[in-house]
Amino acid sequence: MEIFDFYRKDRWPHVFCPGCGNGAVMNCFYRAFNELGLELDKTAFVGGIGCSSRIPLYINSDALHTTHGRAIAFATGLKLAKPELKVVVFTGDGDLGAIGGNHFINGCRRNVDMTVICINNNIYGMTGGQASITTPHEFLSTTTPRGNKEYPFDLAEIAVAAGANYVARWTTRHVHELTKSIKAALQKKGFTFVEVVAQCPTNFGRRNRMADPTQMLEWMRESSIRRDKAKANAVDHVDLNLEGKITVGEFVDRNRECYEELIGVSKHG
Amino acid sequence: MKVAPGEFFLQGNEACVQGALASGVRFFAGYPITPSTEIAEGLAAKLDGKEGVFLQMEDEIACISAVIGASWGGVKSMTATSGPGFSLMQEAIGYAAMSETPIVIVDVMRGGPSTGQPTRASQGDVMQTRYGSHGDYQVIAFAPASVQEMFDLTVAAFNYSEKYRVPAFLLSDAEVGHMRGLLTIPDKLDIIGRKEKGIRRSDEAYDVPDELVRPFPVFGKGHRTMVTGMTHTDNSWIEPEDVKVHQELVKRLSEKVLRNRKDINKWELMCPGSKTMIVSYGSAALGAKEVAASDDKVGLLRLKSLWPFPEEPIAEVARNCDRILVSEMNLGMMYSEIKRVALENGCKKVELLSKIGGDPPTPSEFRHKLREMGVI
Repeated sequence: MEIFDFYRKDRWPHVFCPGCGNGAVMNCFYRAFNELGLELDKTAFVGGIGCSSRIPLYINSDALHTTHGRAIAFATGLKLAKPELKVVVFTGDGDLGAIGGNHFINGCRRNVDMTVICINNNIYGMTGGQASITTPHEFLSTTTPRGNKEYPFDLAEIAVAAGANYVARWTTRHVHELTKSIKAALQKKGFTFVEVVAQCPTNFGRRNRMADPTQMLEWMRESSIRRDKAKANAVDHVDLNLEGKITVGEFVDRNRECYEELIGVSKHG
Repeated sequence: MKVAPGEFFLQGNEACVQGALASGVRFFAGYPITPSTEIAEGLAAKLDGKEGVFLQMEDEIACISAVIGASWGGVKSMTATSGPGFSLMQEAIGYAAMSETPIVIVDVMRGGPSTGQPTRASQGDVMQTRYGSHGDYQVIAFAPASVQEMFDLTVAAFNYSEKYRVPAFLLSDAEVGHMRGLLTIPDKLDIIGRKEKGIRRSDEAYDVPDELVRPFPVFGKGHRTMVTGMTHTDNSWIEPEDVKVHQELVKRLSEKVLRNRKDINKWELMCPGSKTMIVSYGSAALGAKEVAASDDKVGLLRLKSLWPFPEEPIAEVARNCDRILVSEMNLGMMYSEIKRVALENGCKKVELLSKIGGDPPTPSEFRHKLREMGVI
């Protein structure tokens, strides 16, 4: 499958800014999906509201572009009503971790079979650069003009604690590792979660002395620390940016029985 | 899930469960809330994973979102709640209207605002049903007044939601939801199924009723459907900046319901031609029924559907009477709408018997009000 069989060329140009990290994630996702030989007509993509949540509408498949924060809840209904569908959610840090936080933790807990890709750009990009629940401490945004006094969520660690079957975090610098993790997530039954720390040069980098996308990628490269090494350093994972580090790697890979199996769901309609 | 025909002595909420099963519900998501919980409990017992899915979720927003998602999977889906949960659902109700998703929402109304009276009846959500989400849209809402109607109008809500691709509501209340009475389930029911894109049926009932309603593209069937709550064209191009696309879409969403008022609206008329008519609905109409049955000076128009607003039967009644007494269990919500139509159609006086606090107005309270008005 060529990339423009996968993505809807007739929807180009897309809404993403020059230098946005979404393109890298879309590319990695396409590769993973294609290499696994998955079928578009047997897959549905669900998004909430925000830049990354628009990705489903660019994929040449069934797409449910929903309300802000509720993508996982919509996906839960869709999957349980049509269990033969593979369901993939594209979401962002604000959509998943702030307004949709409750659905996120309960989605991990319930363990309905779906893959959630969260593109975490540490900012509300679509609305013009307000602080999000993953904006690092003391970083600038339009709503934290004196630096962010709050501390960020660690989405991957939340997913681990809440019970997801597979959890990984990478940045857009780690395209090979990311593709591999997306493949693993798509293949595993149950709730799987891949967080990608991605650059938003327009609304995050520009206000934090990284206006050039390459500066942001360099920041990610310098800040990333593999999870096994981070563990050795006894980093507290609840704070993504403690000591200025982004912990990357596979966080969990387990086989809790998924919800559909537990309730013996069969095909309906 | 087949429902056995016959006569049963049931609670209103249990009759709703039977109506949902008879309609072919395959997905229910709910969150515990008084006084609607028996509906969730009843469906939890029946939807065991094989016959359909019951899901208790983290909040009412999750419930209605999952219900909409399930509907795009091609199954009939519903939720049931009460005031506070209903308020939480409003954004997604607008999404269902905008994306033209058939879903059924049961609201067993209790006293508000806020936590209010969890165990007591009210009719305070009638305007929230119509206007609760932002923007212009129309919905279909039924108001049962008996155990039998909890069944019949649940079936109607499913049928019309499928027929017109709109969210449909059963606006019950704590009184009707918890009352016990006789339910007759007939041998045969008219059930309208999903009008799927790409499937032609000979059965008339499955045909799209008019050019304003589009066939439904179920997910997973190769339609490559795009569904969005943003302003979109018929083939789901997102066009939030296009004035014409927005006008055409939003007007069509309203028109497809408003133009079919005659098909949707249901009512009961007692002693038509009386010079004084009571107009009421749901449990507020129970006392009025007794008065209209015993007093030949007083008639009753009992609305079994509230939205789209049943202008025609109200206008007809207004043309043939001198005064109207509106009765409802809020401080006058449908009253202003009824008054507008009644005055436009030559009725001279429209009064209100409003009662809040949990008890429906009694026959003696109706008579007291009618004496005040100089009718009896």
